Amino acid sequence: MAPANTHQAKTQFGYRRHPDQDRPGPRPAAHAVVIVGAGPVGLSLAIDLAQRGQRVVLLDDADRIGEGSRAICFSKRSLEYWDRLGVGDRMVDKGVVWSVGRIFHGEQQLYQFNLLPEDGHKRPAFINLQQYYAEAYLVDRINELPEIDLRWRNKVTALEQRNDSALLTIETPEGAYRLNAQYVIACDGARSSLRQMVGAEFAGQVFEDQFLIADVKMTAEFPTERWFWFDPPFHAGRSALLHRQPNDVWRIDLQLNRYADPVVEKKPENVRPRIARMLGHDKFEFEWISLYKFQCRRMDRFIHGRVIFAGDSAHQVSPFGARGANSGLEDAENLSWKLDRVLRGKSPASLLESYHTERSAAADENIRESTRSTDFMAPNSHQEARLRKAVLSLAKETEFGKRMVNGGRLSVPCSYDSPLSSLDADAWRGGPSPGCSMLDAPVSTRAGEQIYLTDAFRNGGTDFTLLSFSNGAPIDAPDGIKGIRIGGEGGLADPSGLAAKRYAAEPGSAYLLRPDGYVAARFRHPTRSAIAAALARAEGLY
Amino acid sequence: MPLSTSSNFARPDDAFRAIVEAHRGLTEEQSADFDAALVLILANHIGDIDVLREAIGLARRRMIDDQQQQQQQQ
Repeated sequence: MAPANTHQAKTQFGYRRHPDQDRPGPRPAAHAVVIVGAGPVGLSLAIDLAQRGQRVVLLDDADRIGEGSRAICFSKRSLEYWDRLGVGDRMVDKGVVWSVGRIFHGEQQLYQFNLLPEDGHKRPAFINLQQYYAEAYLVDRINELPEIDLRWRNKVTALEQRNDSALLTIETPEGAYRLNAQYVIACDGARSSLRQMVGAEFAGQVFEDQFLIADVKMTAEFPTERWFWFDPPFHAGRSALLHRQPNDVWRIDLQLNRYADPVVEKKPENVRPRIARMLGHDKFEFEWISLYKFQCRRMDRFIHGRVIFAGDSAHQVSPFGARGANSGLEDAENLSWKLDRVLRGKSPASLLESYHTERSAAADENIRESTRSTDFMAPNSHQEARLRKAVLSLAKETEFGKRMVNGGRLSVPCSYDSPLSSLDADAWRGGPSPGCSMLDAPVSTRAGEQIYLTDAFRNGGTDFTLLSFSNGAPIDAPDGIKGIRIGGEGGLADPSGLAAKRYAAEPGSAYLLRPDGYVAARFRHPTRSAIAAALARAEGLY
Repeated sequence: MPLSTSSNFARPDDAFRAIVEAHRGLTEEQSADFDAALVLILANHIGDIDVLREAIGLARRRMIDDQQQQQQQQ
């Protein structure tokens, strides 16, 4: 059904003929990077690469932003990434901020959780935002970047791998043309046609239970929290989810049985009574209705010759945990700086292999977590159902039971067991270890302005950055590393002490951050040679 | 700490009896529900995933051994 999407965001775009299509002679136009698929992952990756100075061709087979809200939960990590891409404020201003979830069994609340129970972070645990808004804001940002050439209604129909490039055949409303790309990044979603073109399998688990997803528009007084029910009075024996989006739109997920007829169940006249039972009234309009069977699966290899897969094309998870779009965005930020370095000849092509290593391990973690959640919601056997019943019952009076109840484990940044990390040589108690994502903290500039560490990192230009805690002596860092200094003359102040605390820092401690904000190494007593060695490792130079 | 399989109760019969009596008067279905809850409670009390995995391994091995023996006797 058409989205009742009359809001300000532009979602329809026109096909435009490109000079590449009229290129004379037998040699097709050559480009460094061609991204296929203008969803959240492809759009974000294009912006990231463009901000690093790369020219990018971005192809999409449609001429509009996809219908329906689809992904709605964007994580703190994703917002921090979007801050770096210049769209964070817009997303957060439009989105609804939340951090609290409640789990109910029947009519009774079993427990509640807070995903960000502490202050001193620039971004909240999550925002909810319809995917079409996120995409529209990303497209607006792309229109500010002349490095990106976004071509709508350009559908890749064939792929030929060469030694040092890939040749794409692209179908348009005005006929086909060809492009040669040093690297093709396939961000073309779970049904990826590029995945088929490279002949890769997409193996994993299919869940038999079906889930009805409806976005309804209504004015309601529910708080901005994630509410999850097991066996609710309005939907006996199954699970349900209620979650707020902007513009008085509410996401409702209802578990159906595995034999439900999708065509029948999707009809608004059949969905309406179900939702009305849940809400206790029928004063709502449908924005979007969809019926899903979930799959958890991944490609064996994320890199196939000159084609690199990112987002749903490479890995697919069930939605309980907000691990789909968010993990795709983590793919983009992981890949972008590596690809940039390789294209500039600053790192060997083997650096890209660490993208596969790090992100396929992350995919495994996301698949494991979302499989467990889905299995808990839809037990596979009588005995599994029995164990779940025992957990839900124990949760009524025990803490351990509450913590075993799995209504979705929400996305947090993965930590990488990575060849790019240097192991700790010093003793650390706490703080992000190598392979973990940087932590945010409030700091102030010399002018007294309160900013956050993530701001300071972004302002540095998201290159390799040495975050150091002053002991008064200057740090002897290798050339070409950006610096963020906490304390000392000219450094940022840490009035709350949270930066030092979160990094378990002593005067003199330093963290080497990668361009994607991950910790590459950390030092109690940084020396030029130790930093240089860690840097070389993180750059894939040995 | 590995799984302890030496006898830990001063009076093992009391422990066995307590579990047997807890099942008295229950239907098959109720007994199974009861066992599920009891397993989860005890697993949490142990609180050590390696010990739990070892215990699962032992129970599974005994089950398979016993099945094979029964098949051989038939």
